[in-house]
Amino acid sequence: MTLLLVAVAGGAGASARFLLDTLVSRHNRLSVPLGTALVNLTACFLLGLLTGWLSTRTGDGSLGTVLGVGFLGGYSTFSTASVEAARLVLAGRTGAAVVHAAGMLVASLGAAALGLVFGAA
Amino acid sequence: MEAVTPPTPPAPGPAGTPASPVPASRIPLVRLTALVFVGGAVGTSARALLEQAFAPEAPAWPWVTFAINLAGSFVLGVLLHVLARAGQDTGWRRDVRVGCGTGILGGFTTYSTFVLEVDRLLRDGQAAVGLLYAVVSVVAGIALAVLGVRAATQVRRPRRVGPGDRDDRDDRDDRGDRVGRVTA
Repeated sequence: MTLLLVAVAGGAGASARFLLDTLVSRHNRLSVPLGTALVNLTACFLLGLLTGWLSTRTGDGSLGTVLGVGFLGGYSTFSTASVEAARLVLAGRTGAAVVHAAGMLVASLGAAALGLVFGAA
Repeated sequence: MEAVTPPTPPAPGPAGTPASPVPASRIPLVRLTALVFVGGAVGTSARALLEQAFAPEAPAWPWVTFAINLAGSFVLGVLLHVLARAGQDTGWRRDVRVGCGTGILGGFTTYSTFVLEVDRLLRDGQAAVGLLYAVVSVVAGIALAVLGVRAATQVRRPRRVGPGDRDDRDDRDDRGDRVGRVTA
């Protein structure tokens, strides 16, 4: 049962990513893609929030699994982030690739830490 | 990155010009979202099952997420560039890109779990492992995506002359420019 809910939540998360990314890329005038970065940043904040919140309560972890592994796992993506940076590398824009990848990582770590603090509060 | 062609009016010019070829009103957003939903459900379930089957309690190095993310980066690089070489990002090619790339591989790989794993390692007094896990994941992910793109360019471009393949066109604008254009 949990797996079915994880699947549905994963589908919903992936759809949310697709729609948000479509919206962002329509308005992004920069030459560096921002949609995936925004998706991953918000996903890390929300997973931090969820993890922090769950750490303060007891009970079975199926809600956490459905939302964390399912929705937020389907929402965030690693592969697209890699391919976006790879394209910058292949276009000779190594500096932009480093900023893109390192910026996403550091900002996401910060967002997750912030979420953990808020979630546990 | 661009999931769907932006609403620029189609530029006049020869077929295959890098200008946006599809007006926004013709993008079947609902159908594409449905494809992403199905793909995302499949990819997310596959990851959930793998994490459940192989993940021991809080391992020092999160091997399962690591392997999933690296494999996904390579396969997405191959997929997107095989599709880009096959022709314009319309019709079945866009369906496959969105359903398999954005849906399955996007749902299969995860950034949020990865970052929370790094955070846990950093807090658990395993700062060196956490830092290494973060950097190796990101760098190897990009390297594998580059390898995937390179591998895709080795694939022979299909030469089909069948009827009904209206999107097939000359390959002249295919180098370099493609790299930044067709995405997940």
